[in-house]
Amino acid sequence: MTRQPVFALVGNPNCGKSTLFNALTGLKQKIGNYPGVTIEKKSGTAYTQHGRPLTLIDLPGAYSLAARSPDEAITRDVLLGRRADTPLPDRVLCIVDAANLERNLYLVHQVLDLGRPVILVLNMMDLAAQAGLEVRADRLEKELGIPVIPCEAVNGRGLVEIKLALSRPEPALSRHAWDVPAAVAPAVAELQSSLTDADAKPPLIARAEALLLLTDPNAVRVAGSTPLSDRTAAILSTWKQRWETEGTDWSGILVNSRYDAIARLVEGAVIRRKQRPGTVSIQQRSDRIDAVLTHPVLGWLALGAIMTALFLSIFLFAGYPMGLIENLMDAAAQAVRSRMAEGDLRDLITDGVIAGAGSVVVFLPQILILFFFIGLLESTGYMARVAFIMDRLMARAGLNGKAFIPLLGSYACAIPGIMAARTMENAKDRLVTILIAPLMSCSARLPVYLLMIAMLVPGATFNDALLKVGIMTGLYVLGAAGAFGFAWLFKRTLVKGEPSLMIMELPPYRLPRLGEVVRQMLERGWMFLRRAGTTIMGISIVLWFLAAYPKTNDSGIGGEGEAAAGTAVAGTTAGTAVVGTAAGTAVVAGTAAATAAPGVPISPITLIAPITPIPPATSTATSATTSATSAAPEAPPPHSAIGQSFAGMAGRAIEPVIKPLGFDWRIGIGIIGSLAAREVFISTMGTVFSIENADEEPEPLREAFARASWPDGRPLFTPLVCVTLLVFYVFAMQCLATLAVVRRETNSLRWPAFQLAYMTGAAWLVCLVIYQGGRLLGL
Amino acid sequence: MQNLTELAPGSSAIVRDLPKQGAAFLRLREMGMLPGTKITFLRAAPLGDPIEIKVRGYNLTLRKSEAGRVLVEPASGPPPEPVQV
Repeated sequence: MTRQPVFALVGNPNCGKSTLFNALTGLKQKIGNYPGVTIEKKSGTAYTQHGRPLTLIDLPGAYSLAARSPDEAITRDVLLGRRADTPLPDRVLCIVDAANLERNLYLVHQVLDLGRPVILVLNMMDLAAQAGLEVRADRLEKELGIPVIPCEAVNGRGLVEIKLALSRPEPALSRHAWDVPAAVAPAVAELQSSLTDADAKPPLIARAEALLLLTDPNAVRVAGSTPLSDRTAAILSTWKQRWETEGTDWSGILVNSRYDAIARLVEGAVIRRKQRPGTVSIQQRSDRIDAVLTHPVLGWLALGAIMTALFLSIFLFAGYPMGLIENLMDAAAQAVRSRMAEGDLRDLITDGVIAGAGSVVVFLPQILILFFFIGLLESTGYMARVAFIMDRLMARAGLNGKAFIPLLGSYACAIPGIMAARTMENAKDRLVTILIAPLMSCSARLPVYLLMIAMLVPGATFNDALLKVGIMTGLYVLGAAGAFGFAWLFKRTLVKGEPSLMIMELPPYRLPRLGEVVRQMLERGWMFLRRAGTTIMGISIVLWFLAAYPKTNDSGIGGEGEAAAGTAVAGTTAGTAVVGTAAGTAVVAGTAAATAAPGVPISPITLIAPITPIPPATSTATSATTSATSAAPEAPPPHSAIGQSFAGMAGRAIEPVIKPLGFDWRIGIGIIGSLAAREVFISTMGTVFSIENADEEPEPLREAFARASWPDGRPLFTPLVCVTLLVFYVFAMQCLATLAVVRRETNSLRWPAFQLAYMTGAAWLVCLVIYQGGRLLGL
Repeated sequence: MQNLTELAPGSSAIVRDLPKQGAAFLRLREMGMLPGTKITFLRAAPLGDPIEIKVRGYNLTLRKSEAGRVLVEPASGPPPEPVQV
């Protein structure tokens, strides 16, 4: 049996390539990543008109094989047979926008050089006709010597003809020979023979590579994964030197001569008529819309309105499904509890596995909503306008306008924001955007901000409210300023190099294609679950373990009898507000409703990043402590169950590091607990201070905070420490889920490690300056 | 001869010269902006940069830092059709 033939689908961005791919492959698609890069690899099974199956690869949109972005490099490498993971395509299906033929044909012209059989699809024939263009497919076919098929992929017209063309058994090789300009022809021949002999490339591919080497001055970039042999490199540099002295613009000559050949082709094949009176072409309509949407005043209003809608819908619509997910996870944990004997295994399942799964799935609503909007914006063409409008501002930080949406999305949650950076084709800009995105104050910080601001400003007068709003705004601005500052710094140090380009097509506005938007949204969601979900779940389980083990001596299973052994009442002992109770543990463990070992801050709920806090399942354990407290005659040693866990040990271990910031080991535990998600700070501190249900009713926790003090009696939460802690939460990288996604999106461990280091380092430094500076000022 | 940024919105011109070096200018050529190509200046972004032009029937945006190095000659005659091939 012969191998199923492999066809590649190639075209410019915005020419309807995805629509055609979906129409040809239906639901038989496989979406993954090209190994080594985070570029989507889409392939599917299409059938010829005679029912013969073939593999169709949807290559990333490209304007030229002289690749400028990682996306274009993939397209080039697959077509040149350089990728071990993708077979050299047997045939190439080139799709072009018939209304925009010249620029689209440039890529086709390069593809024809490869000597592969090519089928040319003229898409959007209806739009070309509206614009008064009659594109004669038969003439192009005659000139090019390849099948040329008119089509309207959007409504399925021409699909049968395309499938018939796919059926043709022996497609004629292109007869289209263009004359390589005389000035560079000898160099092409010499390079081709060297590439064939010294670099072992097939002759036609060698010729195509030679032409690319003479288009892009950066030979290393062209060679990519297949570095040039010394011989070829020497030939190339000899020619370049010669042209240099002669003053020959070799690159320009090649591009010009291709466009000359295309102009001759188009001249014979396209008849321009007067547009019929009364009709408006898509481009004309688009220009009218642009007059409003990129207007100096109206443009801002429109952008503001659209971004507000995007932002609000993430906040409003994500809350409901997130609550639902949390309830489902609770119900699942409850079901396990009622069916299993209590014990470590049950705890692992309910508080480790189920909570871990919840912590993954809970991100989905925000991811789906953000990607739905991004898909909508891309599908209509407005996305490019957002970049156009915002570019000037983003350029100040060394980025370009395309960084705006990922950063805006990060205000809701850095995870979808970082995933949205995939829309940026410049690899360096994308990396910088990913690195700074978590500095935008995400919704998980909000509960911490609210708690600490309430500590700072306990009053409820109108002026207090104003002050609170002012502090909150200040924190958001601080995060954004930090993000821009670091972007500026990174662009000048870390990822120095060619400045980012802002050369971008502004495609005509089109009605969104909802089916494709939804499809893409689901693909992104699925990719997140598959690629990042497993890591996040693993981390959640490890964090649960660290907070739950080792268990205190008296928290053994069935420890009800030991309940009175060592209990404490929150805040009863002056001086040491430290109270977690070892015995509270035992009580809790003995209660049917209880979920977990006590100091487990990572309950199904606390792990989850709720936009609207939802009562934790663990709250059912509340009465337990109360009943136990009666038996507590005096304060225990300053060890709560969480204090004795690995997390507690870590909290103590880092105390010397955070003491200069005014934080003690209890705050240290809170910070470590925040690694699951920042708002876990509150429930963790609740556990540390033995306040049940702290994220439901923060008042008792605030009181406990107010009473908390250092061993020498100095109060712990001075206003200065509250401010320092707030600033710490603005800058510090405390979200392992984000790091897991960054690892996937950058395909390295180095960048998430760097991100953790620079953000937390910056947080520490800024807090040190604030705290020590404040102390000097006598605060 | 003037540079591309000096055109008035709505006015057309013929590209006469653009730098031989630089990735940006290679990309601009590959996107069809070559000496002899007719372009129309459409508008600047609300903050004044980048700018939007029409070239070979489609809309293209580029920054002033690049556009300032593209030399053009104002085209005489009527403004071009909204859609060219």
